[in-house]
Amino acid sequence: MSTPVTSSPILKVTSASKRFAGVHALEDVSIELHAGSVHALVGENGAGKSTLIKLITGVYQLDSGSVQLRGEDVAFDSPRSAQRAGIATIYQEVHLAPQLSVARNFFLGREPTRLGSLDLKRMNREAGDALKRYGIVADVKRPLGELGLGIQQMVAIARAVETDASVVIMDEPTSSLEPREVDLLLELVAQLKAKDVAIVYVSHKLDEVFRACDTITVLRDGKLVSTGPTKELTRRQLISRMLGRDAAELEKDGRTKLAGHSKTIEGEPLLRAEHLNRRLILEDVSVVVRPGEVVGLAGLLGSGRSETAKAIFGALPLDSGEIEVGGKALTHQTPASRIRERVAMLPEDRKAEGLIPDMSIRDNIGLAALPQLTKAGLVSRKRVDDIVKTFMTRLRIKAAGPNQKVSELSGGNQQKVLLARLLCLNPRVLLLDEPTRGIDVGAKAEVQALVAELAEKGMAVVLISSELEEVVEGSDAVVVLRDGAQLGRLVGDDISEDKIMDLIADAASEQIEAVK
Amino acid sequence: MTTLAANFRDRTAVAAWTREHGVYVALVLLIVYNAIATPNFVTVDTVQLLFSQVPPVIIVALGIGTGGVDLSVGSIMAIASAVLAKFVVGGTPIGVAMLAAVAAGLLVGVFNGLVVAFARVQPIVATLGVLVAGRGIALVITGGALVELFVPFFKTIRLGKFIGVPYVMIVAALLAVAVAFLVRRTAFGYRLLAIGGNRRASVLAGLPVRRTLIVVYAISGTLAAVAGVIATARLRASDPSYIGLLMELSAITAVVVGGTSLNGGRVRILGTVTGAILLQLLESTLVSHNAPDSVARMVEAVIIIAAVYVQRPARSSR
Amino acid sequence: MTAPATKQQKPVAVAADHGGREAARARARALTSLISRNGAVAVLILVVVLGALIVPSFGKPDNLRNVALAASFIGIIAAGMTFVIICGGIDLSVGSTYALATIISAMYAPRGSFIAVLYAMLAAGLVGLVQGLIIARWRLPAFIVTLAGLTGVRGLVYYITNEGNDHPKIEGRLAFEALGTGSLATIGTPVWIMLLVFAIGWWALNRTPFGQSVQAVGGNQDAAELMGLPVKRTQTIVYVVSGLCAGLSGILTTALSGGGQEARIGDAYELSAIAAVVIGGTLLSGGVGSMVGTLAGVLLLFVIQNLIVQGANLNSYVQQVVSGGFLLVVVILQAVLSRRTGTSET
Repeated sequence: MSTPVTSSPILKVTSASKRFAGVHALEDVSIELHAGSVHALVGENGAGKSTLIKLITGVYQLDSGSVQLRGEDVAFDSPRSAQRAGIATIYQEVHLAPQLSVARNFFLGREPTRLGSLDLKRMNREAGDALKRYGIVADVKRPLGELGLGIQQMVAIARAVETDASVVIMDEPTSSLEPREVDLLLELVAQLKAKDVAIVYVSHKLDEVFRACDTITVLRDGKLVSTGPTKELTRRQLISRMLGRDAAELEKDGRTKLAGHSKTIEGEPLLRAEHLNRRLILEDVSVVVRPGEVVGLAGLLGSGRSETAKAIFGALPLDSGEIEVGGKALTHQTPASRIRERVAMLPEDRKAEGLIPDMSIRDNIGLAALPQLTKAGLVSRKRVDDIVKTFMTRLRIKAAGPNQKVSELSGGNQQKVLLARLLCLNPRVLLLDEPTRGIDVGAKAEVQALVAELAEKGMAVVLISSELEEVVEGSDAVVVLRDGAQLGRLVGDDISEDKIMDLIADAASEQIEAVK
Repeated sequence: MTTLAANFRDRTAVAAWTREHGVYVALVLLIVYNAIATPNFVTVDTVQLLFSQVPPVIIVALGIGTGGVDLSVGSIMAIASAVLAKFVVGGTPIGVAMLAAVAAGLLVGVFNGLVVAFARVQPIVATLGVLVAGRGIALVITGGALVELFVPFFKTIRLGKFIGVPYVMIVAALLAVAVAFLVRRTAFGYRLLAIGGNRRASVLAGLPVRRTLIVVYAISGTLAAVAGVIATARLRASDPSYIGLLMELSAITAVVVGGTSLNGGRVRILGTVTGAILLQLLESTLVSHNAPDSVARMVEAVIIIAAVYVQRPARSSR
Repeated sequence: MTAPATKQQKPVAVAADHGGREAARARARALTSLISRNGAVAVLILVVVLGALIVPSFGKPDNLRNVALAASFIGIIAAGMTFVIICGGIDLSVGSTYALATIISAMYAPRGSFIAVLYAMLAAGLVGLVQGLIIARWRLPAFIVTLAGLTGVRGLVYYITNEGNDHPKIEGRLAFEALGTGSLATIGTPVWIMLLVFAIGWWALNRTPFGQSVQAVGGNQDAAELMGLPVKRTQTIVYVVSGLCAGLSGILTTALSGGGQEARIGDAYELSAIAAVVIGGTLLSGGVGSMVGTLAGVLLLFVIQNLIVQGANLNSYVQQVVSGGFLLVVVILQAVLSRRTGTSET
């Protein structure tokens, strides 16, 4: 699996550093990429992987340090110039144009032309052939957006790979992929390797890392921890380097701070959302949560987890379904009605759906509880100040003061501001969509501990996380979703990553059978 | 590393300060320039003239400053003017007639709000439709002709002063204060800023977005109607094809130059007022220096660009 | 260290249909766009047919020719506007640029057709270029930059016409006037030119790398940047295109009328152009749009106005109310439709 490394690196990054608003995202990191070698870049969220990639690919510019391509200094000022130099990147999100056809997307930015006009015949033919080579069967004339996220990602990958690049960077390429597609991808990686392409594989899926990569670089808190051949590292060692904790200690503690399925939950459900249906989005999904219980929603990207949470919260219109909180039936699909019933939701995308960026911490926290904080239409400054102070202390929000703009805070503190907003409502049901995504390790642990504490106090919690082990370790019950439909509900000892992946994979194979 | 960071901080601090206070500095500079270069500038007359001309723009700009893009304000002015004329000609007492005119503006504003909030049509397009239809409605009400109005109260509006300050300016100032209070101290204002800052997040936080939007456009319409009444008084006639023409451009310019972000989220009432005064003064300056109207427009264009350039949000990465 | 027990399967061809819900959702989106786009065409055909039946004078060939001719000037401007809007921007300055080209082509007529047309197009293109650069490089909001353009260029027009007192006229006959006054198969040349512009526009949008870029950038600018597309260049070019279209329309106006236009000509043309584009199914948010739709939108606007004048004999004020009302009805329907098919969020 591992190839002897050739002498000089294709791409060399030396002492790269980058700061954002005074916080160092990357500090003195060096890395060497060799042709025909697959180099893994691992680390927790906030470790600096994304920043390093963006520095290499021209999205960001270095504060200090240098990048050399084939021995020559380079400084890319845009993704375009990096691509021109032969560095192709595959991102976690599909950045193609969904309204254009598959073939057009495949050739986006490098279209073959005849007399200035797109050579559509050639585009369709070559795109079809290329995709078939990668094991994808799709009608290349259809708009890309009509295909599943997994296929879209595969098209994006195929596009990047076809560009004759000498360096291919893959940033979490498998997050939307089925197990079968993951295999295809890794095959592709092997093919690239054989063509002497230097590959960077950023992933937190350690199975894939060990399976496909020759070298592993570990980042933590923006600094380089170690770089070395895969075969010289055990899984446990790798994890301990990523987290900065002793390996044995980890075994004892459990990886997350969540404390799931250790107790049996009894009692009447506090939240009952059953047979939720929304054309094209959800199909007969049910979630029942008792006080003190944590129910996890598991599934791949695009499986409908966020949509379920939004539907429960009244932020997504439903065609049919019953939602009850504390025995009271809720008929209006509006977030305001939920908030009145003390149901609160932490949205998945805190930037787009949560924070008011130019507003202060204070104003962001008080937002949802506004009715309680106003008297005769006027906002009671004192009440707001009191409540903000309470929660800033309790959640240990690190900031220059309550009047600082939230856009200036770190991801972890931003998340805490949103949590504070929810807690202001004194909720009894909490819907958390990716509560620890994109925040540093320390804050992550704090948030996880908070969730456990709240559940302990009797709150009903619905937990969504793309980190399967967070869901597995933190939940008393897990609902597995795929394509908007419910595959099953796991409880107690049945909750495991393997079982969840099995459920998802089985459903996939059934579908392929049906298509045949 | 420290000097680099320090320089960076200094530069962004300067940029931030300019963003906040640029318009005030510009106004002061313009006043100073006029004091030196324009004869008879530092007189009571000049100030009074300025203060009697600028209020309509201020008032309309207040509405746009809180509500965002509203292209229909000019047409709303025309409708208010037409309704006023209709009632006055019909013999109604002036007070009631003015109320009716303002009510008409309120109604159109509510209509705008309904289309934007419920039909979820983008504000530019919705208010564009009302702009076109609205002026037509105004023309239909008066039958297309200019209607001369002989109303004694209009003279008071036009010429009345309190301690030397024209009534209309006092009205504009009071409205500015009221709007500022609304935006900064009330729950409504809080919601307004939140919705402007991030509409989706506001929905998810349980804010009554649709209701707020309707009120916002209602306010914009009402204010435009008030400006229309003042303009009618000044003209001593209701001319639906002329009143409020291009007003939306002047108002939007004043708002933008004054530092309010058109997407919402940042409201600068004082900046808006200052922006309106700055633009009016600019025109007067050019007039008194015999610069033609055309030059005034070109200078205005440059100022708008300079204003948004200065207010560019600092880039967080790069 | 043992390999984790994942199912190691031989990679199998993956069928592209497993995104059942996602696929159906995207199909719905396509349907909405299709309806919006061809909806304009369908409504146009409907209105023309019904109009001809109900209002006899409307259906007369002479009248239809006139409507087409009248529509061609805004039509050409709207063609350029379509590019700008699909790319995620907006151009409020087209009315002023149009006026600039009108005046300049008349002013330089004494120097011959070639110079007159060249100077006018250069001026119009320059206006577009400057705005495009400011928007693309300085990243200033298009609405405001082109608002400044509207004001500034109008000022320029008044400046060069001595505060609107000059109305440059073409003396004698000039070659390029034929573009305006000529006709082919009894249909005025400007109409043919408009059709040509739309044809070229369609080709550029759907059959060139540039067109792909325009759609991608308009759909998601950041994503387009990451995919290595020339975002700044694309954004700049669409404003140049818009300016040139406004310029062409201005030249044709002078060609048709022989000059003598007032400095305030083209006032509010940008609004009609935007209305036509929106009615035609192009989304103001960008990424999705159609040249055919815009063409239908322009024709629809003028047909309706003509019908009102011919049929109801209502004064022009009611015309305005109907036009504005029509625009509102159309966009409201579009918005409601997109919600029904589940393509927009709460």
